[in-house]
Amino acid sequence: MSQTRQSKKVIPGFGLTMGITMSYVGFFVLIPMISMALQAAQLSFKEIVQVATDARVLSSYKVSFGCSFLAAAINVVFGTILAWVLVRYRFPGRRLIDGLIELPFALPTAVAGIALTSLTTDKGWIGQPLSHLGISVAYTKVGIVTALTFITLPFMVRSVQPVLEQLSPDYEEAGRTLGAGSFTIFRKIVLPELKPAVMTGFSLALARGLGEYGSVIFIAGNKPFQTEIAPLMIVTRLEEFLYGQATAVAMFMLFASFMIMFMVNRLQIRAARFVEN
Amino acid sequence: MFVELKEISKRFGNFEATKKVSFSLEKGTLAALLGPSGSGKTTILRMIAGLETPDSGDIFLDGQSITRLEPSRRGIGFVFQNYALFRYMTVFENIAFGLKTQKTPRAKIKEKINELLSLIGLEDLAGRYPAQLSGGQKQRVAFARALAPNPRILLLDEPFAAIDAKVRRELRTWLRRMISLLKITSIFVTHDQSEAIEVADRIIVTNSGRVEQTGAPVELYRTPATPFVAQFIGESTVIRDYGRLVGFENAPRESECAVRPEFIRLYAQGEPIQLENTVQDGQIESLAFRGDVLQVTVSVRGFSLATGYSLERPPLAVGQTVKVMIYRVYAFKEGKAELVGNRLLANGGGGYNFQI
Amino acid sequence: MPPSQTVKIGAESRRQENPFIKNALIVISLLFTLLMLVMPLLVVVTQAFGAGWANFARAVTDTFTVKALQLTLLTTVIAVAANTLFGLTAAWCLTRYRYRGQSLLITMIDLPFAVSPIIAGLIFILTYGRLGWTHSFLEAHNLKIVFAAPGIVMATIFVTIPFVAREIIPVLTARGTDEEQAAVLMGAGFFRTFFYVTLPHIRWALVYSVILCTARAMGEFGAVSVVSGHLRGKTNTLPLHIEILYNEHHYREAFAVSAILVITSIVILTARSVVERIAKKEVNQSVR
Repeated sequence: MSQTRQSKKVIPGFGLTMGITMSYVGFFVLIPMISMALQAAQLSFKEIVQVATDARVLSSYKVSFGCSFLAAAINVVFGTILAWVLVRYRFPGRRLIDGLIELPFALPTAVAGIALTSLTTDKGWIGQPLSHLGISVAYTKVGIVTALTFITLPFMVRSVQPVLEQLSPDYEEAGRTLGAGSFTIFRKIVLPELKPAVMTGFSLALARGLGEYGSVIFIAGNKPFQTEIAPLMIVTRLEEFLYGQATAVAMFMLFASFMIMFMVNRLQIRAARFVEN
Repeated sequence: MFVELKEISKRFGNFEATKKVSFSLEKGTLAALLGPSGSGKTTILRMIAGLETPDSGDIFLDGQSITRLEPSRRGIGFVFQNYALFRYMTVFENIAFGLKTQKTPRAKIKEKINELLSLIGLEDLAGRYPAQLSGGQKQRVAFARALAPNPRILLLDEPFAAIDAKVRRELRTWLRRMISLLKITSIFVTHDQSEAIEVADRIIVTNSGRVEQTGAPVELYRTPATPFVAQFIGESTVIRDYGRLVGFENAPRESECAVRPEFIRLYAQGEPIQLENTVQDGQIESLAFRGDVLQVTVSVRGFSLATGYSLERPPLAVGQTVKVMIYRVYAFKEGKAELVGNRLLANGGGGYNFQI
Repeated sequence: MPPSQTVKIGAESRRQENPFIKNALIVISLLFTLLMLVMPLLVVVTQAFGAGWANFARAVTDTFTVKALQLTLLTTVIAVAANTLFGLTAAWCLTRYRYRGQSLLITMIDLPFAVSPIIAGLIFILTYGRLGWTHSFLEAHNLKIVFAAPGIVMATIFVTIPFVAREIIPVLTARGTDEEQAAVLMGAGFFRTFFYVTLPHIRWALVYSVILCTARAMGEFGAVSVVSGHLRGKTNTLPLHIEILYNEHHYREAFAVSAILVITSIVILTARSVVERIAKKEVNQSVR
């Protein structure tokens, strides 16, 4: 038996690496995820529906979805502009910006949370001028959107950037020789190439935004029915030791994330179809 | 027999890569596995190396079954199509790799590598990395690396495919010389018939997973066993219902045959014809200058046949009518190819007279 | 993100741009970066040092801060080491062989990216907590995982599982297996093949992914917050410690501790850029 297997896997180390990989995934991913599934299975369907459609929970879903969607949409605009500028133009500070793009990945979310909060309170550097205009950021949904925009910015830029880099100037030149104007070239030639990457970045940003906790809870103010996000609902249930209810809320969130991740995979497969070789 | 394959079969999912492949080679032979892409030739080579496992059948090397032996124990030197040189090692380290795994003493490694480097003529490049070498140099390094651990047999997967045409010719001669110098049994895979004919002592022709014929190049050329070999080796035109041709009236209906350029003789207008009853009319369809000869396509009784025409003879023009004689054809019958001569010729057209 | 392997020479010079649009876009980018990325860093630094160096020094040398730092470092080292080893073995067994269920395995490795950090914490509570099926066993052997350091380490490992594997898998896939097969035919075993043949190809991707993994492991908040139990001096990591200080209105101290993490993340970003540049250079050289 081992003979046939060995000769099938010519390169050595299959048993060793597969063993480590499976045990690791089993221990850190499978067992905990199955434990949650078991916990969820103990709840009756009625209970799950009851918890997951509780008015306060429902409003937290709305806040989470709405704010994540908005933040991802903002990044579609600014993230694409940033990617474009970083790839196409040379100007002082370009390298610095390129390095800073990943700051939201490197900076602990709690630090981002308190920093953004202190910037946008009525006494903050940005919050004060805005408060004169009657806009408050911290402790409102605007604050949540701000935090999520910060956190999910790199997803968009890093999805679009490589596509722009690979985009050969030949296409645009071909468009230009055919007499197309700059805007037409962008709309007809560049935009279709970017679309899959933008969609991927958007979905990744949306998924991350839905689950984000650390940066949001400081700036959100966490007022019930107004600025409570879905992950916070899990935490409050846990703090009350209502594990079943926490699981029910979590299951709904997981479902949403999986749907988004599934979409991302489909998009990437579709995008890959257009790539030669 | 030094290398022997017995009824080797291998499938990948629904695809049958090889179907009961058998052949054998004597020690010291330089053999070519020749076939179109997807014919199973690379799979056969990789199974000999142990990089793939046959589903059934047996492989023998020097009388010992190696079918279940680990690849590293088979004593095989393998030259990959893209050389697979270790990119982060120098030429010296690349060649030394196999010797180090055999725990060869350091001094001996050095001696052996210097010997190999002077053999391949790259003594000065020992410290270079693969990225700093030309295609031909990489090929030579891959060859030396495969030979370093003293393998019993050398396998080469499309050894000239990644090299540009000019250097390829040079390398063929070089490889041929090296292998006859070292007298090591070698098998190389190729899809290029001229490469196989020029380089190999023996050719194993594969087609859709089967071995069509095994033999010396001249044998395959002169006596192709199957329609596939008749078409694949040398240049030939395959025609159907060739009973229409003068001298082949006995051909069964609907049957096919292959006609080689040298089986056809053209008589320009006014040229004397020895046997008037053996010729038929043909029209010149196209003429192409090939240097030593004219490449002619002639339409004969509805068939378009390709042949050569010496520049020393009376000139031809497109559209001109000529007389055409066919000496012989390879008639296809139930998957076999067989030489059939023009029945009107004295010797039956069968005397395919040349000796090497 | 692996360093891009394309070099476009003169790509910009071939494009004619409308200077107004170009400048407008650059200004928008600079403003956006300033507002969203630079200001948060500046506010942390000014708040941290706003009350003088002495206050800062006192805040960061506070016993609880030091203990939180120790736990953070311990967690990070363990999580990064474990995930590096895992990432290498997973990338190896997912790219050097073909078998059924490979894409399922990749999905499982990706899973932590799709899961909210809060859920990542929750699953460990449900496994090892009071209601978990392992609870009686843990109780009997006097083992504590949830609301203790092991839980924090495990939650951190979970959220950072994909980092190394995800970075190395594409590099190995793109390279194929010819070199390893050549090594095997010359009699090399697993370790020789891995260290001499494979590792040189992936070393920069490895360094790069370890850097990013470290950043995430150090800064993880949500998952750790759920499993920590918030025991000061025992189960607090630096991010959790910042939360406590902030919620207790010790703003100066909170920002002082944050400044440590800000500096760390700037170091990490710089290292990332440097590694990316070196790797790019090397790729260009070997393409030659």
